[in-house]
Amino acid sequence: MQLLSGNEACALGAIRAGVRFFAGYPITPSTEIAEMMSEELPKLGGIFIQMEDEIASICAMVGASAAGMKAMTATSGPGFSLMQEGIGYAVMTEVPCVIVNVQRGGPATGLPTKVAQADVMAARWGTHGDHPAVALTPWNVMESFLLTVKAIEVSERLRLPVILLSDEIVGHMREVVSIPESVPIYERKKPLKSADEYLHYGDDTNFDAPVAHFGDGYRIHISGLTHRKDGFPTNDPKTIAWKMDRLRDKIDLNRDWLHIEEHFDLDAETVIVSYGSSARTALEAKYEFERKSGKKIGFLRLVTLWPFHYKKVADLLQNAKRVLVVEMNQGQMIREISRVVHRGIDVVGVNRYDGELITPEEVLTKL
Amino acid sequence: MNQEIFNSLRVDDRLPHILCPGCGIGSAMNAMVRAISESGLEKDEICVVSGIGCSSRVPGYVDCDTFHTLHGRAIPSATGVKLAHPNMECIVIAGDGDLLAIGGNHFIHAARRNLDMTVILINNFNYGMTGGQYSPTTPQGKRAKTAPYGCVERDFDACKMAEAAGAVFVARSTTYHTPHLKGLIKQAIKKNGFALVEVISQCPTLYGRLNRMGDAVKMLEYFRDNSITVSQVKEPKDAEGKIVIGVLHDSEAQEYYDVYKKVMELAQKVNK
Repeated sequence: MQLLSGNEACALGAIRAGVRFFAGYPITPSTEIAEMMSEELPKLGGIFIQMEDEIASICAMVGASAAGMKAMTATSGPGFSLMQEGIGYAVMTEVPCVIVNVQRGGPATGLPTKVAQADVMAARWGTHGDHPAVALTPWNVMESFLLTVKAIEVSERLRLPVILLSDEIVGHMREVVSIPESVPIYERKKPLKSADEYLHYGDDTNFDAPVAHFGDGYRIHISGLTHRKDGFPTNDPKTIAWKMDRLRDKIDLNRDWLHIEEHFDLDAETVIVSYGSSARTALEAKYEFERKSGKKIGFLRLVTLWPFHYKKVADLLQNAKRVLVVEMNQGQMIREISRVVHRGIDVVGVNRYDGELITPEEVLTKL
Repeated sequence: MNQEIFNSLRVDDRLPHILCPGCGIGSAMNAMVRAISESGLEKDEICVVSGIGCSSRVPGYVDCDTFHTLHGRAIPSATGVKLAHPNMECIVIAGDGDLLAIGGNHFIHAARRNLDMTVILINNFNYGMTGGQYSPTTPQGKRAKTAPYGCVERDFDACKMAEAAGAVFVARSTTYHTPHLKGLIKQAIKKNGFALVEVISQCPTLYGRLNRMGDAVKMLEYFRDNSITVSQVKEPKDAEGKIVIGVLHDSEAQEYYDVYKKVMELAQKVNK
């Protein structure tokens, strides 16, 4: 048993899952992750480097991953904004990597030391162009560890950047946890084809695809320009459509596999939907209400925010007469929830965006 | 085509290249490919990295690992590749806008960090790919598509900046002096640390035309007639209005990964 913060658990998760490259830039409230990586990675022969900004950090991470290393970076709001171009590049070039965003209040410098969950849509749509997005959000220290491991797995298997949307509360709170000594490590498969026959984007299943790296002798070309199967740029409409569909299908074909949630008592009339540190408040409010009224309240905690599993969430909420969405922003996930409930169902937001946690009392007044 | 050049390029379907007739980038690429070949490096040991722009299209034609990254981000991307594969030779090829404007901060900090890489800056004094806008190296008063009345800004000297930031090898040549340029690139590749080779190049289609400098041949003649070697500069005024070519700076400093290896040893000793 160990007493760890969410940020420390995240760093440990990355190390256990095989991350050996970390490039980052100091930013509150994520810095403990970089600090722990700078201490641990050299012991394991891994690379830690502090770059000149977040743009450089994500580019170095993508370079290292394209050269075969499991790689991660960690940041918060302003740094997350700077990383958006690199996220798009990793999507287009299909380079696995994990971006941890320990959310703080925004926009701009906002609230460096205070909590928010306002980067939900930035995680989905932050970079330009149509693109797939995966974002997982932990609600406690243990889950910070587990979801970091999961994020790395998803990223490696789908060749996609994955975002871990932590927040200041989860990142900084300490809990006693039992961290496993080892977790499954996903090694990328080597191509079976010769360099002459190998196509960098030739695997149609696009899951656990064999992939060549810089230095493997395949003389690959990686480009952010829309490209053909061999990685070279194209303007051919059919090939462009093939590439865009290929990227979209990473989500469309794996929605069930990517979806993680937790729920209780969804046969109740009123259901609370929440995620991350707000879900802790929401669950407390559910118990409090049930103690006082004797009536059940449903509870749905989203762990995978993106891709949002419309069908599954619709099924889970089909009996609800009233839905409360508890989140620390001006209403971001509530938009997705509103789209999947039956017409006429009351969907009410419980929001706070002043840097403070939502209290159970605030949820109770809306119940 | 010379056999060594032929073997170094992706001749099957990547050529002909997209560069304009008379462009200097082909000459710079030629010098780079010959320098690589003469350095005795195997094609599989090299990663050529670029950002965005005309110069940054070069990696697509070279038969080795090639990394066409985001605008301005060639150096940090190469940093990741180099640290993951310290035995690979990373060569960054970039234009003046890419390397010095949007990528300027990365350039400074890479020189300071002194991670082993060779940066070839093809300086044609404007943004060619977008149609000839002014760049950080457009001289004051010269015309560009976004400086129709002459450039308001002062240009800067990338070689001086690299040296000031800590680069251990800094050199300059032009597309007229390609054998000389090849020699400098070979020296840069051999150097263990951050090395910059600036190539003064012609853009007859845009910068040259906008400034009435004549065709590519005229521009090359200008480079020939206005270049002066480092050893010919006896006092500062000799260099005024001239292109100073040759090795401008050569020094020794600990290379980043060599220092990082010591950090790993230390961390592992503490851990025991």
